[in-house]
Amino acid sequence: MLSYSFDFSFLLTTWPAFMRGAWQTILLAGTSIAIGFFVALICAIIRSGKNKLASGLVGVYVEVIRNTPLLVQIFIVYFGLPSIGLRMSAETAAVIALVINTGAYGSEIIRAGIESIAKGQLEAAECLGLNKFQVYWHIILIPAVERVYPALSSQFVLLMLSSSITSQISAQELTAEANLIQSETFRSFEVYLIVAAIYLALSVLFRVVLWAIGEVAFVRRRKLRT
Amino acid sequence: MSVNEAAGTRPRNEAVPGAEPIIVVDSVSKSFGPLQVLHGVSLEIERGTMVAIVGRSGSGKSTLLRCINALEEINGGTIKVCGHMVSMSDRASVKRLRSEVGMVFQSYNLFPHLNVLRNITLALTAVQKKSRADADAIAHKVLGLVGLADKAEAFPEQLSGGQAQRVAIARSLALSPKVLLFDEVTSALDPELTGEVLKVMEDLARDGMTMVLVTHEMAFARRVADIVVFMHQGKVWEAGPPAELFADPKTPELRQFLSSGL
Repeated sequence: MLSYSFDFSFLLTTWPAFMRGAWQTILLAGTSIAIGFFVALICAIIRSGKNKLASGLVGVYVEVIRNTPLLVQIFIVYFGLPSIGLRMSAETAAVIALVINTGAYGSEIIRAGIESIAKGQLEAAECLGLNKFQVYWHIILIPAVERVYPALSSQFVLLMLSSSITSQISAQELTAEANLIQSETFRSFEVYLIVAAIYLALSVLFRVVLWAIGEVAFVRRRKLRT
Repeated sequence: MSVNEAAGTRPRNEAVPGAEPIIVVDSVSKSFGPLQVLHGVSLEIERGTMVAIVGRSGSGKSTLLRCINALEEINGGTIKVCGHMVSMSDRASVKRLRSEVGMVFQSYNLFPHLNVLRNITLALTAVQKKSRADADAIAHKVLGLVGLADKAEAFPEQLSGGQAQRVAIARSLALSPKVLLFDEVTSALDPELTGEVLKVMEDLARDGMTMVLVTHEMAFARRVADIVVFMHQGKVWEAGPPAELFADPKTPELRQFLSSGL
């Protein structure tokens, strides 16, 4: 049995750096989720819409993103785009790549929700005199998002965890901070155990916040506890 | 609407002399691809009457109802509702039709994410632009009419089939339509729940609501309808007051249909 004596004493001086990293991850992931949700929503609407060309284009986007590694997508945005004159900070590149990524996954989830709405619902709404926009908003989009909200929440938590990959372009976030601390203290085991614990806490935090948003947004969920 | 005040058996409604029928269907044909479902259907429905359309599955009765409400495009003939031509391609005409005609479906089609109250008030606020308070008042009133005053806060999944269908009727009623269409509204219900829905419909008929129903409830049609229309092979085969139609069918098809015990 290998003997290894744990030493967490470095925490006394590096704790603020961990906390800064955690806060940066919250900002990075939070921004990406907020923008990514709207990208996903718009893509889902186009993908399930009548315009064949637009729907096809979104389909290509979704499939390309879902079938290539996130790390490569991040590299293309950060190292590739400057070649055509688009220079940006590592954090901006990270947000853009994460938004593109979660937009693709999220749109497939929302599309499943949209397609689960029965035709009879639309006819009933039409017969009540609702116009096309009102039908789409009240009878398709809101119930669709409500129906897939748990799956969407999981996707968003996954996005937060995936954001650790952006440490590869040195975006400021938790894993990047941990890499830095590790290189100074040489306490790899302890540092990454602590990072894992912080990510676990962040996952719980994101789930709680997403749950609370669902409670506010969807009355039925609140009333029926479903 | 004073459903509860009315009592006793309903007198047969007489058509107002000289008044134009509220629905005029003239030589309407309708095909789904190569399958022709309606073959030149003509039918007039007088204001304040209840017309029951009966017939076998596939006789075109539901399609006719859906054509009247511009849910299906017709291929030939004309349909006039409240004096206006129905045309799916004319947005203004569809919009006017929606304000005049209410429809209740076999599968209720309540909106699952909204409670009963919001199911009813949605169109009142979104379409009729009523205030939330006015809409709520109307919703409570129509819920009272269908005997579900205590269910305003419930969600559709918490209702029995009979209750859900009564909410669907209330939802249509709230918009004060001139005509109500019922498409096999009791076909999905257990027999013991059918009665409560038919009771609501009978109350409405007694109050003079113009109603067109596609139904398999022959006893109900016989007792409550003013006119029964028998459809067969996409045509109006026979039509008339139920007493005459049921007692003395003129065609072998209707005789056979009646004896099959549907």
